[in-house]
Amino acid sequence: MGRAPWPLAVPAVVAVAFLMLPLAGLLLRAPWRDLPRLLVESQALDALRISLTTASVATVISLVLGVPLAWVLARAHFRGRSLLRALVTVPLVLPPVVGGVALLFALGRRGFIGQYLDQWFGITLPFTTAGVVVAETLVAMPFLIVTVEGALRSASLGLEEAAATFGSRPFTTFRRVTVPLIGPSLLAGSVLCWARALGEFGATIAFAGNLPGVTQTMSLAVYQALENDSAAAVALSLVLLVVSIGVLALLRDRWLHPGATL
Amino acid sequence: MALFTALATVATASVLLAGCGALPDVVAPSAGGAPAASGPAAPGHITVFAAASLSEVFTTLGAQFEQADPGTTITFSFGASSTLAMQITEGAPADVFASASGTNMDAVVTAKAADTPTAFAQNVMEIAVPPDNPAHVATLADLAKRGVKVALCQPDVPCGAVAAKVFTNAGIAVIPVTLEADVKATLTKVELGEVDAGVVYVTDVRAAGGKAAGIAIPADVNASTSYPIAALTASKNPQLAKAFVEYVLSPQGQSALAAAGFQKP
Repeated sequence: MGRAPWPLAVPAVVAVAFLMLPLAGLLLRAPWRDLPRLLVESQALDALRISLTTASVATVISLVLGVPLAWVLARAHFRGRSLLRALVTVPLVLPPVVGGVALLFALGRRGFIGQYLDQWFGITLPFTTAGVVVAETLVAMPFLIVTVEGALRSASLGLEEAAATFGSRPFTTFRRVTVPLIGPSLLAGSVLCWARALGEFGATIAFAGNLPGVTQTMSLAVYQALENDSAAAVALSLVLLVVSIGVLALLRDRWLHPGATL
Repeated sequence: MALFTALATVATASVLLAGCGALPDVVAPSAGGAPAASGPAAPGHITVFAAASLSEVFTTLGAQFEQADPGTTITFSFGASSTLAMQITEGAPADVFASASGTNMDAVVTAKAADTPTAFAQNVMEIAVPPDNPAHVATLADLAKRGVKVALCQPDVPCGAVAAKVFTNAGIAVIPVTLEADVKATLTKVELGEVDAGVVYVTDVRAAGGKAAGIAIPADVNASTSYPIAALTASKNPQLAKAFVEYVLSPQGQSALAAAGFQKP
């Protein structure tokens, strides 16, 4: 076992070639000699810092809020559970810009919640780095929820039931049995969530705006650079590519195998 | 599995090598970028790339043109002139380009993608505020006040470049809260009430109707931008493209532009 049968190998090779196409395009157009100058001019470090911090914070928030929700969707029984699951995954199919505009209607300065945040606490989310985090969390959390819910559904209940017979309380069981059991899926879901947040564009520019040093993420910086200098846009894209590949390469393959203990 | 790895490597390598064979010049845009083969253009159909600020008036002109010449259809693509210029030099299939600034048109002409352009209108800037003017903006200088949220266009987009000229003329430094991709996106932030003011063209404030109020900028500090239009060399329907350009320059075209608030070229 290990040799791929032809009906699987051929489409797989086509898939690899297709996925490598944009990569090839970037590498072929890369302005290798001008790279340092372009990166300094386009405030790449600022954009990278904002991208990395907001994506990481968005992932942490997604874990804190998303994993409990995934557990509820997988294990709790109540009426309307399927409807709740469908609603929760709406940001997955919603065009991100629509998500951003919808966030404005809810949390913007005139939003039905945002106006009270502004009037009572003086908090405005648009045009702040926190706003970027909110936009990224909205689009990225459903990825984590779907992945973790899937893992919880397929994890066998036997170990959890055994823990219960030993007198473990539900939350302790969750903490010490369930979470380690779905560890690899948790990690894969977090990576997916982080990557989605890192690449987010539409919701960010619609809700948080675009200002270098405050809300301009790498994606927005690339878009702005395209306006006059495609070489700078390619340079920025390369940086993002290297960072993403670096993070993914750090994840050891064995951590992602189902059933592997962390 | 070794065979699979080999196949995947060959596939990736051939993709890369295929690209190497047609390595484009990175520094200058590809000259005369021919659009990808998309079949012969439908008889009497052209695609017009136009600056975002021309959205309303060109849609009207397009409808009038189609009525006057039955059998012709025009498709518009509106956006920031800088974005459109880049798309054209990269080979997007367009027949006419109407830019909000000479700079972007020059880029297209340099890439040999356009014939001689002609100026067809001018536009000046205005401050747009939400109808209730929450920050009580009354003059240009108010935009530089702390606590006033201002939306501007990105500096490489024509409306951003002209706004910068206005601020230089007035001797003020305005720090925006956001740099939007085109003038309509800037206007939208104002209409939604998310910012206290935006600097857009007078035509955009007029087109917004009741959704935004305008505060005039004094003529002595205001800056203008000239709009050139040109038929593109890669057009599949050069006669129709030229006809549309002439229509925009004709008395009917000019009166529609004037009615929308544009100034004479």
